[in-house]
Amino acid sequence: MSRIYPDEVAGPYDPPPRSLTDKAGRDIEIRRFEDDMEALVSMYLDFDPEDRAQGIPPTTDEQIREWLDTIVTEAGVNVIAWHDGDAVGHATLVPDFDDNEGTEGLDEFELAIFVLAEYQESGIGSQLITALLGAGRAEEIDRVWLTVERWNHAAVALYEKVGFEPSDTGSFELEMGAKLR
Amino acid sequence: MNVLLGIGGSEDSFRALDKTIDRAQEAGDSLTVAILENPDSDPDPDDLAERARTALEDAGLTPDVHVLEGHAGSQLVDFAEREGHELIVLGGGETSPLGKVQLGSIAEFVLLNATVSVTLVR
Repeated sequence: MSRIYPDEVAGPYDPPPRSLTDKAGRDIEIRRFEDDMEALVSMYLDFDPEDRAQGIPPTTDEQIREWLDTIVTEAGVNVIAWHDGDAVGHATLVPDFDDNEGTEGLDEFELAIFVLAEYQESGIGSQLITALLGAGRAEEIDRVWLTVERWNHAAVALYEKVGFEPSDTGSFELEMGAKLR
Repeated sequence: MNVLLGIGGSEDSFRALDKTIDRAQEAGDSLTVAILENPDSDPDPDDLAERARTALEDAGLTPDVHVLEGHAGSQLVDFAEREGHELIVLGGGETSPLGKVQLGSIAEFVLLNATVSVTLVR
């Protein structure tokens, strides 16, 4: 089972850092992850359980640290949105080692994005995801995929806006792909 | 309880086999295993049936194993209703590199179509 990707390149987008003022007038900085693990743990401890999707993020301090250890690695790409010194959004590209085409791994990356409830619908999500895709392109990543719950229309609309196209329509979860280069 | 476990050869279906056998031993359930054609994995149905029989015998349970041909989800639901099973058990999905739960296509069909209770093993 190999994934289908669009012919068109998404973007291309500028990598971080970025500065913006969100719709609520807050000054937001978007930067690559550098030794910010404790800030990320704090952010996920504040994460609204209602916004969990497909079992992530986990809820306890211990589970959050264990999960972050598996996704925040040298091989991946991580971008954080900051407000007043706190992490308020995190977007990640995680290498997909399970390659189905018989070539070496690392040619496909799974994407996820998390924004704290009070920072949603303020324009941060689209800045964060395009910054992540820009960073991914700078790391010479070619293909990115994600799954999203089919009923999460706001998320699906955001992914489509930045260049993702549905690649598997047969299930509860919609799979989407984007080509970065 | 009269339990029907469906396995198609994916990793989560083997985990479900182990846990359902443990549970059947504890609860004294009557356990039937149905071998399914999983479009997402391709082990030989006869090998799968043998593996299930061995696991059941090793646990001291009756090796009641059936190979169902055709569309896995509908065959399993149909079999459960025909044979009077009270519970269908399936693997609860794989996790993506990011840790997202991804439900298999058989589980999705069974959840939407079964008239008996369904357990997904995590």
